[in-house]
Amino acid sequence: MSFTHELIKLVQQDRVGKYLLSSLLAVSIMVPVLNLLVPESSSLHVSTYVVTLLGKYLCYALLAIALDLVWGYGGILSLGHGVFFALGGYAMGMYLMRQVGDRGVYGNPELPDFMVFLDWQELPWYWLGFDQFWFSALMIILVPGLLAFIFGWLAFRSRVTGVYLSIITQALTFAFMLAFFRNEMGFGGNNGLTDFKDILGFDIQHGGTRNVLFVVSALALAVGYLLCRYIVNSKFGRVVVAIRDAEDRTRFIGYKVESYKLWLFVISAMMAGIAGALYVPQVGIINPGEFSPLNSIELVVWVAVGGRGTLYGAIVGALLVNFAKTFFTGALPEVWLFALGGLFVVVTLFLPQGLVGLYQQTREKYLARRAV
Amino acid sequence: MKTLDQIKQTMRRDRVFDFMVSTGTHPVHRGEIDTSHGPILYVENINVSFDGFKALNDLTLYIDDGELRCIIGPNGAGKTTMMDVLTGKTRPDSGTAYFGQSMDLTRMTEHEIASSGIGRKFQKPTIFPEHTVFENLELAMNMDKGVWASLQFKLTGEQKTRIEEVMQTINLVQQCHTAAGRLSHGQKQWLEIGMLITQEPRLLLVDEPVAGMTHQEIEHTAELLTGLAGKHSVVVVEHDMDFIRSIAKKVTVLHEGHVLAEGDMDTIQNDPRVIEVYLGE
Repeated sequence: MSFTHELIKLVQQDRVGKYLLSSLLAVSIMVPVLNLLVPESSSLHVSTYVVTLLGKYLCYALLAIALDLVWGYGGILSLGHGVFFALGGYAMGMYLMRQVGDRGVYGNPELPDFMVFLDWQELPWYWLGFDQFWFSALMIILVPGLLAFIFGWLAFRSRVTGVYLSIITQALTFAFMLAFFRNEMGFGGNNGLTDFKDILGFDIQHGGTRNVLFVVSALALAVGYLLCRYIVNSKFGRVVVAIRDAEDRTRFIGYKVESYKLWLFVISAMMAGIAGALYVPQVGIINPGEFSPLNSIELVVWVAVGGRGTLYGAIVGALLVNFAKTFFTGALPEVWLFALGGLFVVVTLFLPQGLVGLYQQTREKYLARRAV
Repeated sequence: MKTLDQIKQTMRRDRVFDFMVSTGTHPVHRGEIDTSHGPILYVENINVSFDGFKALNDLTLYIDDGELRCIIGPNGAGKTTMMDVLTGKTRPDSGTAYFGQSMDLTRMTEHEIASSGIGRKFQKPTIFPEHTVFENLELAMNMDKGVWASLQFKLTGEQKTRIEEVMQTINLVQQCHTAAGRLSHGQKQWLEIGMLITQEPRLLLVDEPVAGMTHQEIEHTAELLTGLAGKHSVVVVEHDMDFIRSIAKKVTVLHEGHVLAEGDMDTIQNDPRVIEVYLGE
């Protein structure tokens, strides 16, 4: 009872959040309806390709708010958040690989194709349990969370901050990429995990499954947003912002700064893991490229473009930049990287608060002028 | 024989091993401060050097419970370094600093020292610029400051009243919902003092509280600090001699990391050594 009450209060206080959540709800009803019920001949029909594409964007948006939580609020600029996204993705990929069963090219009921190809005789120990969905779901959250805990514990306790921390996170994701590229690691080497068949018994290629995955992604984004909103509205959130603005002061009034940073980082990593897990069945592949430092930097650009420290800014940024990416890589592939770089420069120089900040400033100016 | 002696030393039954004594991670609860012998702070033979420069040189100092002490000294006398040592920011090369009779400040971390009851005001006013005045005071307020407690925290009516009282004391009621970054310099100084008050420390370390204040503001600050003494112990580091004359009963003069003289203002002012290094300038 008190939980629902809290939730309602949380949404009521959040002016922009209300619009965000209701449009998310509208989209998650409209898109499947337009895809499944409207005939293909109609101009209103949304193709399954678009449904999957939108689902992918929503996963990116969830990843973006996870980063905004640590960067926008905690002031911890992680340039390696992709590592948590990719680990969540790999955990899901391992589950999907085990679901293939004997339908692989080599028809081995126990071993995934790449292991047969490498002439392995049995499943490595770390693959055990991934045939169970509940176990995989647990790992999707725990593995990124544990890595964030160990990394954060070491880094924050040693008081590594600022650009040094950013560089280490970058190195972390790079190290994971190199490790996962190796065949003997047992994660499919540079081909990664692919050729999935079904998820929880449903055909992964089927339009209905695609729509369900899309709706689940929208739901995950909504829950993730509310969780983040709860965190930043709580006193925990105020302490975290205080640490960002005056770390020493926070320490001298009696807060154990390291613990606050650590738990913020862990929560964020878990959310990134979930985003990765929802992403993989929709794109149908996970490979070490997801660990690439470039991905993590792109993620930072989304949040910067949208506006950090607002949560919805991160969502706006992730959706807009990825939409632009899809458009440019289709229409003018050679221009995209220049456009992305240019965008980052423009935002850093002229829009320190991102697009959301620009909107807020314009709105304030308009209101002020009307008041006169 | 030497080894045997060493073993005998280690096995002495009246001795407690170092690792058995409370270390920095030992939880320190408020109210455990033992001031039964008078002083609340015992600073003994502290040495700190940075790259060969002796910032503190065999510093020994005692602060009584409930006392208002002023510490003066020329630039580089080691005033801020002393505060850093007492709040856990800097570890001394040698010497001891005890809070009450039982708490070894040189082994505690910053947040442990803060929650055991030492509050610090920085030289440059340090507040949380994005938070409102109310939120600044709320953050500083004396309560469980663990992660889980903060996540579930709900402000009680009592705490709200307390914050309102403090806002009145520091003249910031009007600015309750103003972002602290927008306050004037003097107001920021007061807010920081207000944060110290809600933190309810037993010992306040105040570094240059009236820097950049107008004459009226200085007077008000003097009232505030003298009002705090008695219930709390207050150590004020200041350059402004008029201000010190208006509040101080006992003054300590630091010079080159060492106590040069100690006593009431008149004695200090007539001390030839003090005149030479400080007032004579």
